Amino acid sequence: MERQRSLMERERPRWWSWQRWGHSACYKKKDRKRKKIKGQERERAVVSNLPYEGLGKAKQPNRYFPGNAIKTTKYTLLLFIPMNLFEQFHRLANIYFVGLAILNFVPVVNAFQPEVALIPICVIFSLTALKDAWEDFRRYQSDRKLNNTPCLVYSRKEKRFTERRWKDVRVGDFVKVVCNEIVPADLLLLHTSDPNGVCHIETSNLDGETTLKQRMVMSGLCISDPEFEPENFNTVVVCEKPNNNLNHFKCYVEKPDKDKVGAGIESLLLRGCKMRNTDHAVGIVVYAGRETKSMLNINRPRYKRSKLERKLNIDVIFCVILLFSMCLVGALGHFLWLQALPSVPPYLVPDSNGHLDSPGLSGFYMFFTMIILLQILIPISLYVSIELVKIGQIYFITNDIDLHDDKTDRRVQCKSLNITEDLGQIQYIFSDKTGTLTENKMVFRRCCIMGTEYPHKENAIRLAVLDGPDSGEEVIFNQRPQPPQTGWSLDTEGDNPDDMQHHHDNQCKSKVKGNAPSDVAFSSPLETEVIPDRKLLQQISRAGSSSGSWKTDPYLDFFLGLAICNTVMVSMATAQRQRVSEFSHSGQANNSLNTLSNLVKSPVSLRHIFTKPKKNRTILEDSVVEEEHFNPPVKKEESGDTNGLQMCTLHAPSDTTATTPDHLSYEAESPDEAALVYAAKAYGFTLLDRTPHSVTVRLPSGDNLVFEVLDTLTFDANRKRMSVLVRHPLTKEYVLYTKGADYAIMELLGTPYAEHLSGKQKNIAAGTQYHLDCYAKDGLRTLCFTKKVVSDKAYERWSVNRLRALAAIDNREELVMDSAVQLEKDLSLLGATGIEDRLQESVPDTIVALREAGIQVWVLTGDKPETAVNIGYACRLLEEEDLVINMSCKNKLECTSILDCTLEEVRRYSEDPRNVGTTQDISLVIDGRTLTMALSLDLQDRFVDLAKRCRSVLCCRVTPLQKSRVVKVVREKLKVMTLAVGDGANDVNMIQAADIGIGLSGQEGMQAVMASDFAISRFKHLKKLLLVHGHWCYTRLANMIIYFFYKNVAYVNLLFWYQFFCGFSGTAMIDYWLMIFFNLFFTSLPPIMFGIMDKDVSAEMLLGVPELYRTGQGEGEYTFLTFWVSMLDAFYQSLVCFFIPYLAYQDSDIDIFTFGTPLNTISLFTILLHLSIEIKAWTVVHWVIMLGSVALYFIVTLAYSAICVTCNPPSNPYWILQSQMADPMFYLLCIITTVVALMPRYMFHVLKNSIAPSPLVQARHLDRLDQSTRDEWMKEWRSFRSTSPVKRHRLSTPPTPTLETPADIYPQPVSPSDFMEDEFTLNDLTENYQRPVQT
Amino acid sequence: MVKQELANRPDNTAFTQQRLPAWQPMLSAGIIIPGFVLIGLAFIGIGVALFVTSRSIQVLEIDYTGVETSHPCFTCSDPDVKKCVCQLDFTIDSLFKGPVFFYYGLNNYFQNYRKYGASKDDDQLSGDLSNFKSPSDTCSPYEYDSNNNDKPIAPCGSIANSMFNDTFKLYQKVNGSKKLVPFDGKGIAWWTDYNVKYRNPDVSPLKNAFNGTVKPLFWPKPAYELDPSDPANNGFINQDFLVWMRRAALPDFRKLYRRITEGDYRLGLPAGDYNLEIAYNYPVLSFDGRKKVVFSNVSWMGGKNEFLGIAYLVIGSMCVFMSLVMLIVYAKFKFPEED
Repeated sequence: MERQRSLMERERPRWWSWQRWGHSACYKKKDRKRKKIKGQERERAVVSNLPYEGLGKAKQPNRYFPGNAIKTTKYTLLLFIPMNLFEQFHRLANIYFVGLAILNFVPVVNAFQPEVALIPICVIFSLTALKDAWEDFRRYQSDRKLNNTPCLVYSRKEKRFTERRWKDVRVGDFVKVVCNEIVPADLLLLHTSDPNGVCHIETSNLDGETTLKQRMVMSGLCISDPEFEPENFNTVVVCEKPNNNLNHFKCYVEKPDKDKVGAGIESLLLRGCKMRNTDHAVGIVVYAGRETKSMLNINRPRYKRSKLERKLNIDVIFCVILLFSMCLVGALGHFLWLQALPSVPPYLVPDSNGHLDSPGLSGFYMFFTMIILLQILIPISLYVSIELVKIGQIYFITNDIDLHDDKTDRRVQCKSLNITEDLGQIQYIFSDKTGTLTENKMVFRRCCIMGTEYPHKENAIRLAVLDGPDSGEEVIFNQRPQPPQTGWSLDTEGDNPDDMQHHHDNQCKSKVKGNAPSDVAFSSPLETEVIPDRKLLQQISRAGSSSGSWKTDPYLDFFLGLAICNTVMVSMATAQRQRVSEFSHSGQANNSLNTLSNLVKSPVSLRHIFTKPKKNRTILEDSVVEEEHFNPPVKKEESGDTNGLQMCTLHAPSDTTATTPDHLSYEAESPDEAALVYAAKAYGFTLLDRTPHSVTVRLPSGDNLVFEVLDTLTFDANRKRMSVLVRHPLTKEYVLYTKGADYAIMELLGTPYAEHLSGKQKNIAAGTQYHLDCYAKDGLRTLCFTKKVVSDKAYERWSVNRLRALAAIDNREELVMDSAVQLEKDLSLLGATGIEDRLQESVPDTIVALREAGIQVWVLTGDKPETAVNIGYACRLLEEEDLVINMSCKNKLECTSILDCTLEEVRRYSEDPRNVGTTQDISLVIDGRTLTMALSLDLQDRFVDLAKRCRSVLCCRVTPLQKSRVVKVVREKLKVMTLAVGDGANDVNMIQAADIGIGLSGQEGMQAVMASDFAISRFKHLKKLLLVHGHWCYTRLANMIIYFFYKNVAYVNLLFWYQFFCGFSGTAMIDYWLMIFFNLFFTSLPPIMFGIMDKDVSAEMLLGVPELYRTGQGEGEYTFLTFWVSMLDAFYQSLVCFFIPYLAYQDSDIDIFTFGTPLNTISLFTILLHLSIEIKAWTVVHWVIMLGSVALYFIVTLAYSAICVTCNPPSNPYWILQSQMADPMFYLLCIITTVVALMPRYMFHVLKNSIAPSPLVQARHLDRLDQSTRDEWMKEWRSFRSTSPVKRHRLSTPPTPTLETPADIYPQPVSPSDFMEDEFTLNDLTENYQRPVQT
Repeated sequence: MVKQELANRPDNTAFTQQRLPAWQPMLSAGIIIPGFVLIGLAFIGIGVALFVTSRSIQVLEIDYTGVETSHPCFTCSDPDVKKCVCQLDFTIDSLFKGPVFFYYGLNNYFQNYRKYGASKDDDQLSGDLSNFKSPSDTCSPYEYDSNNNDKPIAPCGSIANSMFNDTFKLYQKVNGSKKLVPFDGKGIAWWTDYNVKYRNPDVSPLKNAFNGTVKPLFWPKPAYELDPSDPANNGFINQDFLVWMRRAALPDFRKLYRRITEGDYRLGLPAGDYNLEIAYNYPVLSFDGRKKVVFSNVSWMGGKNEFLGIAYLVIGSMCVFMSLVMLIVYAKFKFPEED
């Protein structure tokens, strides 16, 4: 909203405003001082390029600024290899391997042919380099495409805008952007086709926000001629240095007369934005290429280290220790072996001088030789494999059709590439409320004017009908029904709208269903339409009929406030954008609305209400055209129907609709505003047009009022309110309309509205506050509306300050805010609105599933506690049988005592022997102030201890900073895996603080998504993302890593055992090439495939039984124990693989490599079959890769043994496998060794699965059943689980002195079994507990 | 309208949605019992066959290191004694079925020592004449003969240098006279070694190829005179040389010396007294080694080795036993849905 700072100078004598600024001594002094300190560094001066066109580069004034060509590639063609190598050497593992390769070149310690030892590291390096090169090439391609995009740049020679490419645009050029074109560089807007000097841009390319933003020509420049002449622009533009703040920009233009004209972000067109709703616009380039704000905002994918990877690194260290101890054994063994020799045997080779090293020295050398020999113990390819696996996992996540949102056509995005497996280990979820749990699609529900409540029953019914088809899409597994929408419905009077709803539901549903819209998209007419309240309509008509009520009628003022006090833009439906198009003629909409209109019995006709004497119509000279434009239909309708009630005009002749405001579409920055404008429209106060300086509103009478907008005090998080200062066209009063959060408004109230006139001493504030609280309890978002009439004198005084604040460069934000605060006081309360933000679909189901999965869900919201608690019940964060602890303390002492008492109570409960095996369901509701105290250092531990025992926690009225603090404290104190999910800029801190940040790409822009690791479009996607993909990714990767460690140890140990029979001399009995191939080709693909594709339990099962998620939490499957068990198994298997052939070939004439070949083969079979035991589901891919690996082994080894006669000298592989394969002993050996090696693991699995099957194994059993049996089982399983905690002893209510609404927050205990029986009883029960008793 | 716009919608294929049809083996007791029984029985069968075969193989081992003073070769075991011949008498009680393989065996001899194994020049051994003049430095220190004008050694390297050089003659004592048992020295090395891997230079006579080189230090005769009886069995393709060059995998090994396949002994060695005449040259006491000769006949499974047969029998019976255990487990813990 800040972006739309209104500039009011246009209507005022320019000399006045700008001279004041220019001559402001204070400013100048400051400015000079700053210049002295920082010199030129903070600013850049840009002049037009046109006078210098055609001159050499040295003469160009803007030559120091980079051009508009961009380069996002990391490498250049020439320097790719050195740069990439340099990059790769940043990895510790790579340095280790290179160090080993170098060590191999030292003659005394080398184990292999030194050149050959380079191969693995080269392969790894080149694989990584290839990957990097491919990524870089794609970047290059997109750069090139972008750089060659055409655009229009002014040329002095040709006296017109000529087509050039983006990369040729330079700072100081004049660029013309036509409608729907993308802005090529950051432009300072100088001219638009719009007479008001505004243009609209869409920044979806930049931040994903699809709302239009208004930009306006820099004011104060005499360039408002119809045709803009760039050549006449000869002033210097001084702007700040390039920075990445998309919402901030400062610059001024120094005119020839030394006046300075300032401009901010509202005059800057950002590179990458799309021009909308404007024919063309011209600007001067101030930042180009890499200095543009959008380029400065590009971040590389974030590097986060996952929990698994951290653990893995510890295990790698264990491997290093293991390696060193094995090498030590080798060195010591060699020493002892040499020591034991009586004299020099013929097989000891002296050095060239015939001299033999002493045993000690030989042993020392042998240590290093052993390191080289056994280096694979540290899994060389593990890191590369993990990367590949994660790429595969991300491929599958992003390709999941269930995580694709049809409405926005968005997939899930993975922004962090290396924490997929963390998704499977989440223990705490911190969620934002608005826009995350809810749609952030606001629907006007009820309002309260002058302390009187207008419940809008009919509208509630209409919305309930809308919900009908939606709630039918319940997910199968959710046995408990969603809490009924009855919690939302409001009723203050005797007749129960719920009964009516049920009554009408059947009627309406059947009608709606016939042609129900397939997607109830955002701002579909069904949602934006509001059915007016009868009583309120009567009130308005009464107010409208009494003449002279303009000054003091609260109803008129209330709706004017609704229509005016916002920043909603009006655009014509002819604009291409469809999303917010307000009304369509589609039969479906009409049909259902017709149905609805029938529900409203005998709507009051407004026909005569607003007929007003013509002379009263308003008028500002420049709006005559518009007025004329809109008048005729109104006149026509005088006899028919007014447009006061949209729903009533549906049967109006269609020829009139073409010119009625039905074709307006509203572009709101926040959905609340749009909802309010639509509500105002429903009562006949239609916002027709908004320019920076005026607002046109059509009244119910059909007249158009044009208000001159003097200033807009935009919304900010500190003030929590916004105001619009207008000049009333009829009364000529300066009127300030303010709307804001109740607590931000209530303390600013001055004299009650129109008190002196009505004489009634009605406490409006108290009445309104009461209704506000009721709204909040029903989960509505509340806003208060006030009016203030500003005297001419006060306005003048204030506007001076205001201008000074706006013109300041230092502390501008603060000054602007201060000036706003100055005006916003002594307000008169008009009323309040309640807006419903509906829950997203399947949110309760998702939350229940996540909780069943053992995840604690916290909701952090800025809303009031009452609103939050109600939403909490609605989304089943809080359950009826929960004990809700409400913490809202005034001071720290209180906070401490509550914490202590509650903790004591909870502890006593869990120590009580009666409660063994039962769980207590405690929920905590805490407000922002108390949270600050609870998170203070001395109370932190107690708070976390309590929160740990709570099933869910609801934090209300928290600031963005508190959100991140909560996440950090929980994460650090409890050492748990946290996930934060949010959709708005206020969630960014939290998202970055958590282990995994998830951004919801919703209505509130893309800041959250930009900061997140994963971006989803609906909250419900979290369920599959965590329960299915998280689980899969984690188990896959954990098993793959364990397997990788095992594989390397099992293989390398063969060499180690052989050392005992070759005098610890470092001999390898397997050809070195084959060893390399073994790791690189024969056994590398299966584990990668295993890591990408293994599926232990089906997705249906994981979704159906969320408990399965618990297997990954905490320590998960990859633990100290599993690691060492698999290490032990590796030792055992290598022992078997070595000693069975050893015993079989003992005392024979077998030679080294003939001995090594069966070992290698056995090892291959053992390692691959070991993997087959671990693979849970065999698809075609599995078969192909597994069999392919075996085939590859034999083909490659046979070919190698046939070709290699004298290559690779120390070894002698020639014809060995061939001769072995001709020997039956070879096969007999392979069979028995593999069987013996794998028997223990196989038996262990079998026995464990049979005797004590884990939940995962049971689920796998169920998976094998056919669909119907499986569902039956699942049902049984779940019912068994849900009935178990029935008999629980409830906690007594802990002392909570400040409990505000005990009746609501402590529902009576209900045995869950009571209402498990049928849906209707449940509905009734929850209704009773959810609906607060209202008057 | 909605469908067309969904450009981002992922492909709904079995692969991308991870719904490929899959076989999910369940490792549980009930399922593996039949498999285990089958494997167990098969293993027992194989084990019995292996065991019986191994039992039928006759082996006769005679240590001739001469450690004990009473041993006929004791005097020869002194490394200072050159050109020593010792006689060894032994008796065969029943027919030693042919073809009989005659091995020499070394204990505690580390032919698999890494540096030893690298100490050869494959190119020289494959007949490359340039490597005759300048052998690979892997042969060091048996590359050039420092006592002999630094002439290159052919065959160079430690393996060749340390070639086993005891020779044996076997006599059968028939009526007091000694009857020479004919040895077959052909084809005792790998066919590929003899025909492909090792080659003599294409120089005739072979002696000329070795001009300018010297014999390995340890050798009594140059390579081209290894077998005076057969000119084709000289140089690098001498069978004894090839056998030696194929390094043993383990420190206790035997290497084939000759086969007894000819004349009266085609069917084997008949029962009787025999006399083995050993030209005792090779020193083994320096490393606590042992030398032996081994007579053995072979089967399809190679030499005598009872281990494999026993292993198969043990594992086979274990499988059968495990399947019994599984049966009990299955009866007790079967997953309810399996029935």
